[in-house]
Amino acid sequence: MHFFTEFGQYLLMLKGMFSKPENGKMYWKEFMHQCSEIGIGSLGIVVIISIFMGAVSTLQTAYQLVSPLIPLSTIAQIVRDTVILEFSPTLVCIVLAGVVGSKIASELGNMRVSEQIDALEIMGINTKTYLILPKLLASIVVIPMLVVISAVLGIWGGRLAGTMTGILSGAAFDKGLHQYFKPYNVFFALAKAYTFAFIISSIPAFYGYYVRGGALEIGRASTRSVVVSCVLVLFADYLLSALLL
Amino acid sequence: MIEVKNIKKGFGEKIVINDVSAVFETGKCNLIIGTSGSGKTVLMKCLVGLFEPDSGEIFYNGQSFSEMTEEHRKELRQRIGMLFQGSALFDSMTVEQNVMFPLDMFTKDTYAVKLKRVNEVLDRVNLKDANKKFPAEISGGMKKRVGIARAIVLNPKYLFCDEPNSGLDPQTSLLIDKLIKEITTEYNITTVVNTHDMNSVMEIGDNIIYMYQGLKEWEGSNKEIIFSKNKLLNEFIFASEFLQDAKDMRMLEMKGKIDNNRNMDELLK
Repeated sequence: MHFFTEFGQYLLMLKGMFSKPENGKMYWKEFMHQCSEIGIGSLGIVVIISIFMGAVSTLQTAYQLVSPLIPLSTIAQIVRDTVILEFSPTLVCIVLAGVVGSKIASELGNMRVSEQIDALEIMGINTKTYLILPKLLASIVVIPMLVVISAVLGIWGGRLAGTMTGILSGAAFDKGLHQYFKPYNVFFALAKAYTFAFIISSIPAFYGYYVRGGALEIGRASTRSVVVSCVLVLFADYLLSALLL
Repeated sequence: MIEVKNIKKGFGEKIVINDVSAVFETGKCNLIIGTSGSGKTVLMKCLVGLFEPDSGEIFYNGQSFSEMTEEHRKELRQRIGMLFQGSALFDSMTVEQNVMFPLDMFTKDTYAVKLKRVNEVLDRVNLKDANKKFPAEISGGMKKRVGIARAIVLNPKYLFCDEPNSGLDPQTSLLIDKLIKEITTEYNITTVVNTHDMNSVMEIGDNIIYMYQGLKEWEGSNKEIIFSKNKLLNEFIFASEFLQDAKDMRMLEMKGKIDNNRNMDELLK
């Protein structure tokens, strides 16, 4: 029963976001601010994760491909597809659920508890539109970009690890990258990125916006939002794979 | 003028406000007093539309708030200023940006015009040289003054103050009270103050409503409160022996039994 109440409240929150902005300029400013916060703010962790993710993939794939019949360039092929299909969209978005999600939930939760949301409401501002919509749109715009950057860096990390450890040459890796490349995989990765971006921004926004109580409740809402976002990302990952692959 | 007619509000089984009616007049400081949990904050939140009453009606200058369209309510809210208990300043903005925010959102003025207005209201609340400071860098009293500046920057018709003196020292509390009183008269606005500060009651209470367990227990002015025979009100207002003595002195003063300008040094000799 509680699940349905929460789900209904979540849908009403999404519906409530769509109203005419009081001042388009202010909303644009807030949107750009969120793009910078979410995009630039998460870039560092995305770069680090992606490079190591690609590097570890190369080493582990090479470790498992022991047959002399399989050409070394296959390693690059496997790394490419794993990074594009799964690691970059899913792993990066799970990390972003922690980084971006907890930030959104705690920011809105703090605004709710310190009556800043009430202050905006009394001014006549639709707080769902002003506070949640820019975060949601910024995530949908910026997170797929981060996923693309992550995929490029992941493959580059894999190449770097492969050549530095002497597993395969740069030329062999590049050859493998071009073999049997399906552009559809990029579309699939982006479809996942857009879906996950929506999940990891709207779920924390919901938990943060409706928080009641004090600091303890903000912490709980933040943790809950990350857990629920991660579970939903994994569920959506399975669903999209089953539907689109 | 704001008129409240038979307002009821409850949360689940618990009735927080029970059939309260009142009139808050323009140009006066209307105070809602009562112990914690008496329903005064809920009543104020109903007045500003943050809570929807279960029954009863609220009229802003004769217009029913419950019958207003969402668009109409938005327009009305732009004529409402509110000072929150914790000031509710936006943490990520400077004092100047906080006060300028309603202007940014609802006017198309140039930056120079907006800045002029911001400086005017900051000057009005005696806050100079704090423009570039963040809320975390200023004192509680300064935060309240920034809150008042933000509330009056759009020239509101209605000002709501939720416990404006909470957490402030007596001297700063008096300054805030004085400021609220001056602004009410100067701008001729309807001010509603939610408080349990006895100094505020005696200093600025043109019209006082005493709430007790969700009911309006007493109504009158700060002059009448001294002579009130309401037991619950007296227990609340003049809780300590010191305040009881102060009340007795004020009663004697008002009845002309002792001189208002008495020389205490002479009397104590």
